[in-house]
Amino acid sequence: MAKLKDLAKMEDRLVAGHGMCLGCGIPLIFKVVLRATEDPLIIANATGCLEVCTTIFPRTAWNVTWIHSAFENAASTIAGVEAMYKALKRKGKIPKDKTIKFLGTAGDGGTYDIGLQALSGTMERGHDIVYLCYDNNAYANTGGQRSSATPLGASASTSPAGTQSPGKLQWRKDLTKILAAHNVPYVAQACPSRWQDLYNKAKKAFEIEGPAFLNVLCLCPTEWKYEESKGIELAKIAVDSCVWPLYEVENGKYKVNYKPKEKKPILEWIKPQGRFRHLFKEENAWVLEEFQKKVDEEWEELNRLASL
Amino acid sequence: MKKETWKELTIGTINLDAGNSVKNLTGTWRSGHKPEFIADNCIQCFFCWLYCPHFAILVEDEEVIGINYDYCTGCGMCAEECPSKEKSIVMVKEEIKLAEGGTT
Ligand SMILES: Cc1ncc(C[n+]2csc(CCOP(=O)(O)OP(=O)(O)O)c2C)c(N)n1
Ligand code: SF4
Ligand code: SF4
Ligand code: SF4
Ligand SMILES: [Mg+2]
Repeated sequence: MAKLKDLAKMEDRLVAGHGMCLGCGIPLIFKVVLRATEDPLIIANATGCLEVCTTIFPRTAWNVTWIHSAFENAASTIAGVEAMYKALKRKGKIPKDKTIKFLGTAGDGGTYDIGLQALSGTMERGHDIVYLCYDNNAYANTGGQRSSATPLGASASTSPAGTQSPGKLQWRKDLTKILAAHNVPYVAQACPSRWQDLYNKAKKAFEIEGPAFLNVLCLCPTEWKYEESKGIELAKIAVDSCVWPLYEVENGKYKVNYKPKEKKPILEWIKPQGRFRHLFKEENAWVLEEFQKKVDEEWEELNRLASL
Repeated sequence: MKKETWKELTIGTINLDAGNSVKNLTGTWRSGHKPEFIADNCIQCFFCWLYCPHFAILVEDEEVIGINYDYCTGCGMCAEECPSKEKSIVMVKEEIKLAEGGTT
């Protein structure tokens, strides 16, 4: 089992001086994930908070080879690099015993929405890469527009709550399952509040041959509107309420990695976040009910799949 | 820093100075609260190191030894997550001085 003390000894591949917000969850994810392989790493990163905040010209917070792709094609960019690596190995220009790892990454906007086609193709072609989506539930970098990962009832700049609407009207897209349906060797969902699980999943993803996909819940105090110091507590509630279950699908087999002893009501997840504030108005009570119902259904279905 | 024009840019704006963001001192936009480390209470669990978004926990010889105020933004996550019986990190109010500019 990895120990934090040992992880802390490793060199930072993402370093200080980045411009992410106070309490941002992105660095917490990458601090762990980038330590899950000791091999040289090449990263393709789509436009979004991570990219913008780490590479304000002429500075970079990256200590590894890092490529800025467009918003929609982090997956294709890293697939191209991996294909080149294979070709150079075939030609003997990269020694046979040298291993390089490849990571494509984007936010939920760049993955669930605009990057889905590129990601799907990359998965289908079987590139030996890891793709990580940091899901902060919104187009955060451009001011909090709704994405297909934004939860039901959340107020976002393009689905604002008001007299005519309780916020976003649709249930979120289940991207992890969509990736599992690509029948790739490894797909997993993780959360930084359970760092050991996140570390294990990232390690597996890097080690497995072929495409691997990680969907990681990402704290965003700016768009979720909670007190930033309380982020980890909130992330724990996401997992304990089964709003964000931790599971993996390895070669088609579903496994739930964590079952809360006592499943927390979704209200504990909703209450601390300003983006849900309006849901406590009488006329929006149905949204809370629907939210709980959907979470229960998905949790039940996940456990059914894991029992197969 | 001398202003560069497009003529000095590398092709593809390749930046070979990996990790040069360390020159951006994010501590200059601290919140008005800052963490204080109390070594005697610390159980060396490294949670503060894990949960600091701005890489501002100082580690030396495998021990957490304090806070790097050059980068600490005062988010309070380290203090919140510190599990020792008596907190080893507490947030204290700090008078905010106008930053002299963290980006050079
Ligand atoms: C084709 C294209 N459309 C729109 C944009 C503007 N844009 C930049 S980042 C961004 C949102 C990114 O959202 P997400 O992928 O969730 O990352 P986050 O900012 O939340 O980290 C948008 C819309 C763009 N760069 N390219
Ligand atoms: S807007 Fe959210 S995700 Fe983006 S840097 Fe700020 S806290 Fe992080
Ligand atoms: S308050 Fe703590 S967690 Fe936040 S930036 Fe400072 S040292 Fe890091
Ligand atoms: S979280 Fe607290 S007890 Fe743990 S290493 Fe940091 S200061 Fe010490
Ligand atoms: Mg996002």
